[in-house]
Amino acid sequence: MNDATHIKGTKFNLNGNPVEAFPTTGDRLSQVLREQLGARDVKIGCNAGDCGACTVLLDGAPVCACLVPAQQVADRHIETLSGLYKSDQLTTALAESFQNNGAAQCGICTPGMMVAAVALLRDTPSPSEQEVQDGLAGVLCRCTGYRKIIESVMTTTMPLAEEVQGHVGEPIRRVDGLDKVSGHEKFGDDFAPSGTLEIYVIRTPYSRSRFKLGDLDSFVSAHNGIEAVLTAADIQGRNLFGVIPQFVDQPVFAEVETRFRGEAVAAVVGTPQAIQDLDPGTFPVSWSELVAVTDITSAQLDDAGQLHDGRANNVMCGGFVTCGDADAALAKADVTVEGHFQSGFVEHAYIEPEAGFAQIVDGRVEVYACTQAPVMDLDALEVILGINRSKIRIVPTGVGGGFGSKLDITVQPYLALAALKTGHPVRLTYSRTESMQSSTKRHPSDITLKIGATSSGKICGFNFYGEFDTGAYASWGPTVANRVPVHASGPYQIPDYRAESKGIHTNNPPAGAFRGFGVPQSAIAQECLFDVLALKLGIDPLEFRVLNALENDTPTVCGQVFSQGVGIQQCFEALRTAWKTERHDVAQFNASSTKRKRGVGIAAGWYGCGNTSLPNPSTIKSGVLTDGTVVLHQGAMDIGQGANTVISQIFATALGVPINSIQLIGADTDVTPDAGKTSASRQTYVSGNAALLSGTALRQQILNKMNVAGDADLRIGNGLILATDFTGTHEYPLVGLETDDEGFVFRAEETYDPPTKPLDTNGQGAPYAQFGYAAHLVVVEVDTAYGTVIPTKFVAAHDVGKAINPMLVEGQVHGGIAQGLGMALMEEYIPGRTENLHDYLIPTIGDIPPIETIIVEDPDAHGPYGAKGLGEHVLIPTAPAILNAIYDAVGVRITKVPATPARVRAAIKAKLND
Amino acid sequence: MYPAATKGVLPKFFLDLTRLEGFAEIGDHDGMLRIGAATTWSQIAKFDLPPAFDALKQAAKEVGSIQIQNTGTLAGNICNASPAADGVPPLLALDAKVELASAERGTRVLALSEFIQGVRNTALADDELVTAILIPPIPDGAGSAFEKLGSRRYLVISISMVAAVITCDDEERIVDARIAVGSCSPVAQRLLKLERDIIGKTVQNIKLTEEHFAPLSPIDDVRGSGSYRLDVVAEQCIRAITRAIGHE
Repeated sequence: MNDATHIKGTKFNLNGNPVEAFPTTGDRLSQVLREQLGARDVKIGCNAGDCGACTVLLDGAPVCACLVPAQQVADRHIETLSGLYKSDQLTTALAESFQNNGAAQCGICTPGMMVAAVALLRDTPSPSEQEVQDGLAGVLCRCTGYRKIIESVMTTTMPLAEEVQGHVGEPIRRVDGLDKVSGHEKFGDDFAPSGTLEIYVIRTPYSRSRFKLGDLDSFVSAHNGIEAVLTAADIQGRNLFGVIPQFVDQPVFAEVETRFRGEAVAAVVGTPQAIQDLDPGTFPVSWSELVAVTDITSAQLDDAGQLHDGRANNVMCGGFVTCGDADAALAKADVTVEGHFQSGFVEHAYIEPEAGFAQIVDGRVEVYACTQAPVMDLDALEVILGINRSKIRIVPTGVGGGFGSKLDITVQPYLALAALKTGHPVRLTYSRTESMQSSTKRHPSDITLKIGATSSGKICGFNFYGEFDTGAYASWGPTVANRVPVHASGPYQIPDYRAESKGIHTNNPPAGAFRGFGVPQSAIAQECLFDVLALKLGIDPLEFRVLNALENDTPTVCGQVFSQGVGIQQCFEALRTAWKTERHDVAQFNASSTKRKRGVGIAAGWYGCGNTSLPNPSTIKSGVLTDGTVVLHQGAMDIGQGANTVISQIFATALGVPINSIQLIGADTDVTPDAGKTSASRQTYVSGNAALLSGTALRQQILNKMNVAGDADLRIGNGLILATDFTGTHEYPLVGLETDDEGFVFRAEETYDPPTKPLDTNGQGAPYAQFGYAAHLVVVEVDTAYGTVIPTKFVAAHDVGKAINPMLVEGQVHGGIAQGLGMALMEEYIPGRTENLHDYLIPTIGDIPPIETIIVEDPDAHGPYGAKGLGEHVLIPTAPAILNAIYDAVGVRITKVPATPARVRAAIKAKLND
Repeated sequence: MYPAATKGVLPKFFLDLTRLEGFAEIGDHDGMLRIGAATTWSQIAKFDLPPAFDALKQAAKEVGSIQIQNTGTLAGNICNASPAADGVPPLLALDAKVELASAERGTRVLALSEFIQGVRNTALADDELVTAILIPPIPDGAGSAFEKLGSRRYLVISISMVAAVITCDDEERIVDARIAVGSCSPVAQRLLKLERDIIGKTVQNIKLTEEHFAPLSPIDDVRGSGSYRLDVVAEQCIRAITRAIGHE
């Protein structure tokens, strides 16, 4: 037998070059490529063959590098995206096509996706849609909804994009797209040099437990290569973090008792080999499992274990909005309907697990990690580390998907503590299971709703009560509790309204922010019950919605009156044609089909952009250097949605220069002002306004200095500014001019904060300066014998005020629909049971049908160039539209998502037995 | 091995058989089709085989993704002994046998149904390797189909699945039937009573009874309930038989 510890060189060909690696027996090819051969373009998302991010070509055939033992590739050829991009024409053409179509959003799946596509295109130069789906099915994407990827692979011969200004309204490529399609974008795990000390977090396997740590010093000295163990005792500041100031309740390391499965109690720091060899079972900790509460009903009983002091019956907090008199209206309504709706935990399932790197530089700790909120990370670390914030630098890496969960800190404190304790650079990348266990989730919901209407179809009374499982810690639970009652009406006129929400603690994973903050859950209840009500009234579901839709100058349920910008009616109007033709086609199909039945469903949604009645400013800084470079410090985290591009387009338009003359500097707490967190659909609106102000101010300074007309055409570059107005062209040389300490000749730093007003005890006020609106239509086919539901087409109308970049708008719509579809049909996170990407299912490339996006532009007075936020609106109508379509197809109401085949089939059988 | 790996407790020794001569070859052997143990699912999907193998080929394309099919082997699929292994029902329906070899004891051949003994449990001895899968002759004119049910289109562990290899006479009456069900019992099963009862019938005349599914003992799990599995598997059998006969 061979000696397992004997490391023999493995020679093979990597991207056309002979290489030799020295894997330990059993090492995965993915790890060896990344850590020994520098091929960081090979991404690791699951280490189980479930996500395909690590796809490489082995002798031309796509394989998951995480499932290939490195020794197996001896004498063979491996190709990865960065190598293919350099030397393979097909790949460079595909890279163009990916950029032209917006097929890469966050970019973490892109290397795997493109490598799989290259293998397909080599065999099949003009693939059909089905062939693309078959060929790329092994790679999961969580951002794009796949349709633009399919388009890109089918149309690689598309002409190059023309030279563009890149101003507002142009569907330009992402400004940061090239790195994503060439394998050069660096994500959280891509910064640490090979050999950097690694961190492994010790987590409880129980929903609730007490624990005792053993002799840690002996553990460290007994293990070669283990440098340190971190526990609560290493925290110099407060062992607490959280995102809402009144609800900071989560420890970095549990101290006596753990409150959810996967909670951290300690962390081991060691060499890569020592961490790889570490058997967590040898770590000195003893557990005593305690009785846990894992559902919101038992959590509220008097004898239930209390998770936090001062939160009696495990009620974290609630939210409340009322106007008119809901009960009285319901009592006099001609028709009433009631429903009970439930949903489970939904996992964000970004393909990039949480990852980062930290080092000590000049006595300061620098943390490089994937994040949606660098300044909030800094705020949290300042408290935890107990050091002055000037001693901390946060440098966001590329973010391989966030969707809300990367707003909360994860790896950051462990990295900072380990770097400070050891004095050495350290890295930490969560395993897929660890990511799923410990990161936040979408709140499970339990909602009862009663709605009344007059016989003519006007809503008459609306009473909503929803409980949300916020898990072991608050995270963004209070935001969900506040947002839901404000939004539970949907975009409708409801004069008599009452909505109450509660967040309940359990020993489940912390539920936090996930695209929509509870609104997708409440929309399921409201939009499905609207269909019930419309049918009971005998009114067409679309007409019923049109009849009750919110309009300009009518109050929302919070008493807020918008005199402009309420675009929901246009969204409904945009669906009218499809609603008619699809229903006609479906009726024809159903007339001749017995086992398979089709249905059409619609649903609407609205979403307030920015924080609810709280300040949330963004600051954007720009300037001109003496060499003529226009610098834009853009701190709005681009997590794939396109903030880098959208903010640049707004700024370029305001300044009046082409977008390609701008040098973008991203978020970095040392050099770029705070543009706030990427959440609440606020970046286009809030940071966009800051960019508009900054660009406008910079332009004004230049115009003043050069004394030219307000509409002058500016050219900035090559050490001078040229301004052309009705009097001619004027020249302003920059070289040699006095600059500020950042090297700027001109400099404009501007801040925007949305105008909102607080909500009173009845939830009356002005919670948001703007809302965005949406309506989706979906056609589904139900296999009545199996209970499977296949959406076959979406038409999505979105009022975005002004589409800053229509291609990116479509990208958001597609991605949101994919997540809404997942929530509706397949996704449910169950602690201990679905902690990987083969038991927890997200949509694949074969699950997303064609999507027609209709962009409605009803400009908003507060938005930059009229633009409204979009990021969360895109999934709110999707799930209820699907559920309504299922009813239309087979006459069963699914009130608990996901509508799995088993649940749908059970409902169909129950109906047959009625 | 890798997907189920537990941190820090990887085996000390690995034996890579994928490049042994003949281990990944498909060919005739004493009147049987011999599929080398290291044959990948991609090889099966592309290999020219008679229609009786359509179910196996269809299953081959459902094993994970192309990436998995390019590295995953038939022997790996059966040795893993998962109740939800996509390859097992089609192989059972082909009456597949497993060739095992030991340096000391030589070669033995077991029926696949004897080889897989339980969840993650096979008859493989410590000193043995699976060297090949053997498929005995199949009646002329047999057709086959694989019916898989999952909660998404690709990359999905089957909720339940059926493979059928069916031979009919000129009047489309069934003269030979092999029907196997996966994900509905600890080990995938042939439905022998069903196979007997449908002889002489056309697909329209098949009457299914509870007894036909008595060998199954489906469990409740995250993918579906046991009762749901029993409910759909009857329909899957009909669809698999219908497709095997050539009626989509």
